[in-house]
Amino acid sequence: MATVTSRRTAVLTLPTDTQFKVVRVFNAPRHLVYRAWTTPELVKRWWHANRGEVILAEVDLRVGGKWRWVSVTPDGMEVAFHGVYHEIVPNERIVYTEAFEGVSNADESATLNTLTLVEKDGRTTATMLTEAHSREVRDLILSTGMEDGLQEALDLLEEVAVSLL
Amino acid sequence: MARAATTADAFNAVAEPRRRQILDELADGERSVNDLVRQVRLSQPLVSKHLRVLREVGLVRVREAGRQRFYRLNGRPLKPIHDWVSAYEALWNKRFEALDEVLEELKSKEDGDGNGDE
Repeated sequence: MATVTSRRTAVLTLPTDTQFKVVRVFNAPRHLVYRAWTTPELVKRWWHANRGEVILAEVDLRVGGKWRWVSVTPDGMEVAFHGVYHEIVPNERIVYTEAFEGVSNADESATLNTLTLVEKDGRTTATMLTEAHSREVRDLILSTGMEDGLQEALDLLEEVAVSLL
Repeated sequence: MARAATTADAFNAVAEPRRRQILDELADGERSVNDLVRQVRLSQPLVSKHLRVLREVGLVRVREAGRQRFYRLNGRPLKPIHDWVSAYEALWNKRFEALDEVLEELKSKEDGDGNGDE
């Protein structure tokens, strides 16, 4: 049987109607995972999800400090998120709000996120808990992955179509 | 008003924490109502009520043996939910794969700095 700790894939669950949780194990000590999550130059290297590039990663890492991450998709669309740090325990825990600037009521529909890092035998389990105001907001966030997936499929389709010319 | 589609019903059925708990128990195998009453720590009428909702959307199947009713999980109606969240999960997997590379680099840098033994 495969052990859970050896899994290198993220696991998404829905603990309550208004929450979702993403858990992933990294083969690195937690202070490095923390550094990669809180250092602008490093954020720029992984947040893009292979769907464009991160053009801005602002991190004012203190309670009440703001963050803003902006990426640009290959077709030129800007996708921006921002929020405020509520709680910071270095290398262990960050609690922050996250607002998607693509909607008109970005700040009202912001989520409260908790990133927790637990290290064991040099490996780190990162747990990202997202709490939305309502089930509708949570479901909307989760469905964005769907659109991305669709977009990716369409891009591939275009590639295939072009190759047939 | 028309009834919501079957998938929406399955979404609603698993939106209730106690019903998810019942499904978790059934994921380990078939259970009688009494087993579930004991495991979920709810009254028998409440457990039966939840089971009825789950049965209506096809998430559980029932088998009668003598005076006992046994319930088992039927995962099929969960597939649309799985498909729905797995796209978002895939987005994070891509991010994390890139993060793995960043971490490998940070690790080798740290070793190179001669930070000593842990």
